[in-house]
Amino acid sequence: MISGTIGAALDASWRPVLAPAVVAITAMAVMLVGSRLGEEDSEGLGWLTFSGLALAALCAFAAVGRHAPAFAGALIVDDYTAFFYCLIAVCAAMVVLLSLDYVPALELPSTEYYALLLSATVGMMLLAAAGDLIIIFLGLETMSISVYVMAAIARRDPRSSEAGLKYFLLGAFSTGFLLYGIALLYGATGSIKLEAISRALQSSALAASPLVLLGLAMMLIGFGFKVAAVPFHAWTPDAYEGAPTPVTALMAVGVKSAAFAGFLRLLLVYLPALHAQWGGALWVLAALTMSVGNLVALAQNNVKRMLAYSAIAHAGYILVGMTAAGGAAGAAVLYYLLGYAFANLGAFAVLVAVERVEQPGTTLADLGGLAKGQPMLAAAMALFMLSLMGLPPLAGFVGKFYVFSAALQAGYVWLVVLAALNSVISTYYYARVIVAMYVNEGAERKLRARRPGLSVALAVAIAATIIIGVDPRPYVEMAAGAYASAAGIARSGVRAAFLAH
Amino acid sequence: MTANLLTLIIFVPLVGALAVALFADERTVWPAAFIFSLLPLALSIYLLVAFNPHDNGYQFVERRPWIADFGVSYHVGVDGISLFLVPLAALLVSLTLLYASGGDIDRRPREFCFFVLMLETGLLGVLLAVDLFLFYVFWELTLIPIYFIIGIWGSQRRVYAAFKFILYTMLGSLLMLVALIYLVLHARGYLGAATFDLTDLYRVPLSHAQARWLFAALALGFAVKVPVWPLHSWLPDAYSEAPTAGSMLLGGAMFQMGVYGFLRFAIPLFPEVAREAAPLFMALGVVGIIYGALLALAQSDLKRLVAYASVSHVGFVVLGVFALDRFSVEGAVYQLITHGLSTTALFMAIGMIYLRRRTRAIGELGGLWRPAPMLGAILMVAMLSAVGLPGLDGFVGEFLVLLGAYFASWQAAALAVSGLILGVLYMLWAYERVMFGPLAKSADRGIADLAPREVAVIFPLIALMFFLGLYPRPLLRRIEPSVVAFLARAQAAPAPALSFDRAKPQEFAGLRVVP
Repeated sequence: MISGTIGAALDASWRPVLAPAVVAITAMAVMLVGSRLGEEDSEGLGWLTFSGLALAALCAFAAVGRHAPAFAGALIVDDYTAFFYCLIAVCAAMVVLLSLDYVPALELPSTEYYALLLSATVGMMLLAAAGDLIIIFLGLETMSISVYVMAAIARRDPRSSEAGLKYFLLGAFSTGFLLYGIALLYGATGSIKLEAISRALQSSALAASPLVLLGLAMMLIGFGFKVAAVPFHAWTPDAYEGAPTPVTALMAVGVKSAAFAGFLRLLLVYLPALHAQWGGALWVLAALTMSVGNLVALAQNNVKRMLAYSAIAHAGYILVGMTAAGGAAGAAVLYYLLGYAFANLGAFAVLVAVERVEQPGTTLADLGGLAKGQPMLAAAMALFMLSLMGLPPLAGFVGKFYVFSAALQAGYVWLVVLAALNSVISTYYYARVIVAMYVNEGAERKLRARRPGLSVALAVAIAATIIIGVDPRPYVEMAAGAYASAAGIARSGVRAAFLAH
Repeated sequence: MTANLLTLIIFVPLVGALAVALFADERTVWPAAFIFSLLPLALSIYLLVAFNPHDNGYQFVERRPWIADFGVSYHVGVDGISLFLVPLAALLVSLTLLYASGGDIDRRPREFCFFVLMLETGLLGVLLAVDLFLFYVFWELTLIPIYFIIGIWGSQRRVYAAFKFILYTMLGSLLMLVALIYLVLHARGYLGAATFDLTDLYRVPLSHAQARWLFAALALGFAVKVPVWPLHSWLPDAYSEAPTAGSMLLGGAMFQMGVYGFLRFAIPLFPEVAREAAPLFMALGVVGIIYGALLALAQSDLKRLVAYASVSHVGFVVLGVFALDRFSVEGAVYQLITHGLSTTALFMAIGMIYLRRRTRAIGELGGLWRPAPMLGAILMVAMLSAVGLPGLDGFVGEFLVLLGAYFASWQAAALAVSGLILGVLYMLWAYERVMFGPLAKSADRGIADLAPREVAVIFPLIALMFFLGLYPRPLLRRIEPSVVAFLARAQAAPAPALSFDRAKPQEFAGLRVVP
């Protein structure tokens, strides 16, 4: 209703970018207000950020069902975009709720923090809506640069600086690859528009040209860095561990979802003609990413680091779905991201709640005896771990089921068997967290007084993890509708290509 | 009431679990949980009465669509194979709660009751689900509570045991999940739509290689759970490290899940391959019988002894199922019930000894008969039931299994009998060392015999042992038609390859929205 009124008041051509525009305006407002308020009122800034994001989510939700290219095709607005607008805005809003306690406790500069969070969100949204290569690049960079700074924002903590620097150096490196790939694709096809590139690659002569293949390979590497696929994952553990915990949550959920949104649209919707080329590469990436992520996670004692490797492993499962390509796979990946996002946000929310100011970073030993002192927190963490493990009837299970089904349908039996074996391995390290909380005794620890914001975030994450899993119908519908709207707009021939293998 | 009877049976414990977790306090938690566990028991006794013994199909069926995009339905039903396992599970859960409240579980009672009731929902769901997806959900749902029960309330090496248990089970179940999805996607080409409904999936034509892989994946999942030798190594650790209440649930109510999976899913879905694999599984069963018995002889801890005795006894069940003979399968189903009773009673009796003496080591016990004759009598009945003394329940099942196995392979039956002899040996030898002879400690003279509450807990089990041993007919009469139907499926000829184009592309989950 509200968003409808706002939408009507604006020129029609603005409607497709309403959500990112709202976020961008909020970012400016935060900077203006923040410079007046000074540091002590960081909570007010947080709520301002939160309301901007909530409004953006509302605008995105109101845009469901409308299909229009905007700005001469640079942005594509369809249900796929709306899905990711909503997901990204909700994730960012949850991160704000996590930050309300955290920012003042660590004495982070709140104006910069929230403004950067919002600008990162704008980047993510652009990436999800990108209709040409330049917007992919712009979105990715707006997102990444903001997150580099956010990772390093705890200036007094050397590990935070290390995280920011590592993330920045490797991120910049990967951007080089991506840009080179973009240039090559442009050179080969003569266009930066995804639509036009897709059409040009219909000709088999062009599709086999070395220029296109090299460009594709470069772009795979670039995106591989952003989604933290092995062997391009080296930055992830240090960046996740060192960054302030809410920022880690943003990296694990928001950045990952947005990067996959762009990656998925590029490969599955616009480059299915090259599936023969990228399918094999993704197969290897998926197998490596799952296996390395899970195996290395086994050895982690720091929970944030463990969650970093777990995020790598989950990127691997998502890559399994992408390898399969096709309508079911696209929808499965979207659904998977939904379940993954809430379980991870919840886990990070628990970490924020138990983290001590003087000693950031939580080891398994720090979680000892949590079930006794904080039964609700421990139960919530156990729930998130079980969902990440993929146990029914939680969201993570249905996501895995969906992805496995799509990949099996496409004939990737061995890749799915490998994914199943990997899930067995993952059981061990997720269960370790539960053991630490429920079995091990720990020193009595005094937790910070928890503000209501964090409790709200936890409640939302718990409810979503259960509801999305127990009654998956509306969310499957949503994911399938979103993907179909992207694929349907792309080309009518896409469907035939999906079913061909 | 009959319209939703099975749903009520399955979900009342879950409601109870949530209610206990949210509302009960330390004082009210035990009675509340116990009452919630009595409801499904009462309903399942009504189920026994209302069951039509002449019908060999599913009864009390409820079927409604659930996740249409995946072809998943909420489909539950009960037949002669699952009929008695439902009240058995409900009874054992109630007795476990009653027993545990008497001092076995001395901390975090609320969480314990929550997990036990959640486990009950999973168990009953596994037994009653007719939809493969639903079955899998319940199957995994049993995993979490028992993992917590071992991990939180177990003894010294509980964490190790809990990890071993969960990793073994997950290995089996995730490959099973892959196989189930594959089967459904394959069947879609014949059925026109994806469906996880078991009744639609029988006799879907499969190539031999496909059937083999699928059977192997399912069989692995179920064999780990049974457990079939050599996949048993999690069992002694889990059984002996769990608290007594956990051992009772594991040994009494959960071991049926694996065998039930073979009877309900693995064999009827892939009958040809199952027939091919039958000699292998019979052999593994026999190895399990002898191996378990020999290791039971060597144990110095009472609980580990019962654990290895379980390995031995489930060997009989596996032998019976894969002999694919009417007598042997009936005997195997009967043993699912009787072995549940005797194992639960044994763990309970050992738990009672442990509460008095704080040890389970056979070497540190002795002469307990004199101060505690009732405890001695109960342990005796439980042991004799386990080794199959005529007149007690264990005999009926073992006799039928051996009879049927003899028709299938007299060598297997002959070797299996040695397990019976060894069984008498290890049980009675242990009994002699614990109950007779001089008192191990002079202080033992003062140990108390059974309290009225303990008698109340164990009496239903003892009574059932005698009843099922002396008058098995009411049960066998109801089990038989379903076993005949099972064998008809298991002996079925290969499904004919259909003539229409099986490669016809079918849309799946989410694809239907596409132009």
